[in-house]
Amino acid sequence: MNAQAARRLAAQSRPATLGRGPTELSELAASELSLRRFLHGLPGVDQVGAEARAASLATRSIKAGAKLWAIDTAISMIDLTTLEGSDTPGKVASLCGKARHPDPADPAVPAVAAVCVYSDLVPVAKSGLEGSTVKVAAVATAFPSGRASLSVKLADVADAVAAGADEVDMVIDRGAFLAGRYGLVLDEVRAVKEACGSARLKVILETGELATYDNVRRASWIAMIGGADFIKTSTGKVAPAATLPVALVMLEAVRDFADLSGSVIGVKVAGGIRTSKDAIRYLVLVNEVAGEEWLGPSLFRIGASSLLNDLLMQRSKQRRGAYAGSQDFSIE
Amino acid sequence: MDVPRFDYSPAPESRSVVNLKPSYGLFIDGDFVDPMDGGHFKTESPSSQEVLAEVSSGGPGDIARAVTSARRAFEEVWGPMPGKERAKYLFRVARIVQERSRELAVLESLDNGKPIKESRDVDVPLTAAHFFYHAGWADKLAYAGFGPDPKPIGVTGQVIPWNFPLLMAAWKLAPALAAGNTCVLKPAETTPLSALLLAEILQQADLPPGVVNIVTGAGETGAALVAHPGVDKVAFTGSTEVGKQIQRSLAGTRKHLTLELGGKAANIVFDDAPLSQAVEGIVNGIFFNQGHVCCAGSRLLVQEPVAEGVVEALKRRLGSLRLGDPLDKNTDIGAINSPQQLDKIRELSDSGEAEGAERWSPACALPERGYWFPPTLFTGVVPAQRIAREEIFGPVLSVLTFRAPEEAVEKANNTTYGLSAGVWTEKGSRILHMASRLRAGVVWANTFNRFDPSSPFGGYRESGFGREGGRHGLAAYLQSALDG
Repeated sequence: MNAQAARRLAAQSRPATLGRGPTELSELAASELSLRRFLHGLPGVDQVGAEARAASLATRSIKAGAKLWAIDTAISMIDLTTLEGSDTPGKVASLCGKARHPDPADPAVPAVAAVCVYSDLVPVAKSGLEGSTVKVAAVATAFPSGRASLSVKLADVADAVAAGADEVDMVIDRGAFLAGRYGLVLDEVRAVKEACGSARLKVILETGELATYDNVRRASWIAMIGGADFIKTSTGKVAPAATLPVALVMLEAVRDFADLSGSVIGVKVAGGIRTSKDAIRYLVLVNEVAGEEWLGPSLFRIGASSLLNDLLMQRSKQRRGAYAGSQDFSIE
Repeated sequence: MDVPRFDYSPAPESRSVVNLKPSYGLFIDGDFVDPMDGGHFKTESPSSQEVLAEVSSGGPGDIARAVTSARRAFEEVWGPMPGKERAKYLFRVARIVQERSRELAVLESLDNGKPIKESRDVDVPLTAAHFFYHAGWADKLAYAGFGPDPKPIGVTGQVIPWNFPLLMAAWKLAPALAAGNTCVLKPAETTPLSALLLAEILQQADLPPGVVNIVTGAGETGAALVAHPGVDKVAFTGSTEVGKQIQRSLAGTRKHLTLELGGKAANIVFDDAPLSQAVEGIVNGIFFNQGHVCCAGSRLLVQEPVAEGVVEALKRRLGSLRLGDPLDKNTDIGAINSPQQLDKIRELSDSGEAEGAERWSPACALPERGYWFPPTLFTGVVPAQRIAREEIFGPVLSVLTFRAPEEAVEKANNTTYGLSAGVWTEKGSRILHMASRLRAGVVWANTFNRFDPSSPFGGYRESGFGREGGRHGLAAYLQSALDG
């Protein structure tokens, strides 16, 4: 697999000393040339085959107890998101209330994983989530386009971290990536990682702009080598956003990266995931592609807003046998 | 690990959609009739050993009745009927197959043991597709390249196997009927039920009596059909051994013959292949339908630099296959069709171990009742071992390695069969080169086990002769200019 190819390539350049660990990987990516050789040495992705595999996993039928488990797990993986120019402190505060107790009528419903906002609203989210397990995630680095100088991007990150963000969602420079300047993309990820300090870094690939699955795989590896804690599909501002085949390729990447380096990286899918059925399909993919180790909020996230209410509706339907009305769940 | 396992709850497809009768007659001249000189036999579900129904065993007298009926239908109704009228019947059959697809899928999984996701997503849709496709040809035969007015052959005797019971019936019936022939079909002994349901569908479509006759029974019934002097053309899909017997028995007669027999296909993975998809293709190539596939990719030829990684990835992937109740929508591997087949798979697998290959299967609990065999991988296989040469017809993959493309060609062609092959590489020119060198009727590139009614399917050498599907497949049911 990927890992095999990586080992093979690595073995070619440094036969005697290749160990397993991030140091060796960063050395592998020491120069633009060696990085390019490595990325282009990764096995290609056959589009037809990848899409067929994703489609076949989408036919899994998740019922009864498995469905209940999947719904609660999906709720706990949500990065409840609002990323609009019209966001206000009031909107973020109400989102925080929802994040802590998604269903006030049922305390057994788990809290979501995080609330995701623009960096200027981090203080509001921080106070709204105080005392809870819910993290504050901030998008940064000139989100969503990423078209700004590195110093502006780093200042954006520093702002978010200073305001108390637990997690930072950065975007890669797709322009640099598509121009083949992989080293530049990697350097930015590294710089942002450093600026994050103890905050966890999610690296958004914006797969809708990368055009091929080969590119998705390469960008995934750049992000992982650069120190990402999560690799994330999309900003949600570009169509197509998350798709099952893209998630499949990224899940393979984190699995192979773990094989090679021993570091376990998470995956976040974002954009267009609105129904419980969609969410459960992603969980099946995680389970059967990366493995059950990834089936928790520490290694898999779903960036969404309207999904939460659909999960709550399905949850109450599974437990009570009948659908609740749409007005039974709060709208933020 | 503190993360809870995502254990899928059972998701069985409902059996209630299928209306099984306690006993089935023979479908002759448009009606279900009792056998004249045969008895009855029971057909069971291989996943539970539950007896599903009693089925009639056709004797020589029944075959004679069926052939007579088919002859009359050929001469009086179906032969003279304009192609555009025949097409209407075939379109109707195709639509009813679609309408009753759930029923057909459940029945197929019950009787055959294959997972419902395959019968639902592959067998039944392809069955409908074959009828649709050939319905389209029925009034366009003059443009198929066989002359301005190609003629049907007459009465066809068709003997089909148990691995795709309904789909093989469609492969045989649809082109024969489109070309204007009439049919006597003999389904496999262990899987007669879907063909009998198809007979009901033919009745529902008002197909004229005698155009299709379905005579169930064991090998003797098939032998009687093949030997009957009123049969003009024999089409057989099944084992190479039986195919040879048929060819011997037809020598010196005027009967037309096409044979689709066994295989020992090579699935060739180069080091520049899209490896994740190659692993899926390998799994689909050999574990689809429990490996009960004549074109199964039972020999994996993998280039040495990636061999270790591919085997590692395969083992991980095999660990995620779900074996069990064929009616569960999440089942990937169903039951072995019969105890005889299970014995054969066991015997060949044991020989692999005895001859020095290394055997591996994932941790996989087998149900107590029924016939089951875990997905199995043999590494360290060399060409001289039986598991590298003989058709196992089960979920058993033999892994061999190669160094250079020429060696892959040589090893792939080093078999008495020649039905199919797979090539995995990102290099387009290599695909074309390999396809031209591989002696196989079907060569898949970066995929495996894909079927389409417009694509001719068939083999070389001991895999048989004649093609099914596409324009080439029509030739098997039309008189050629050489016939005079």
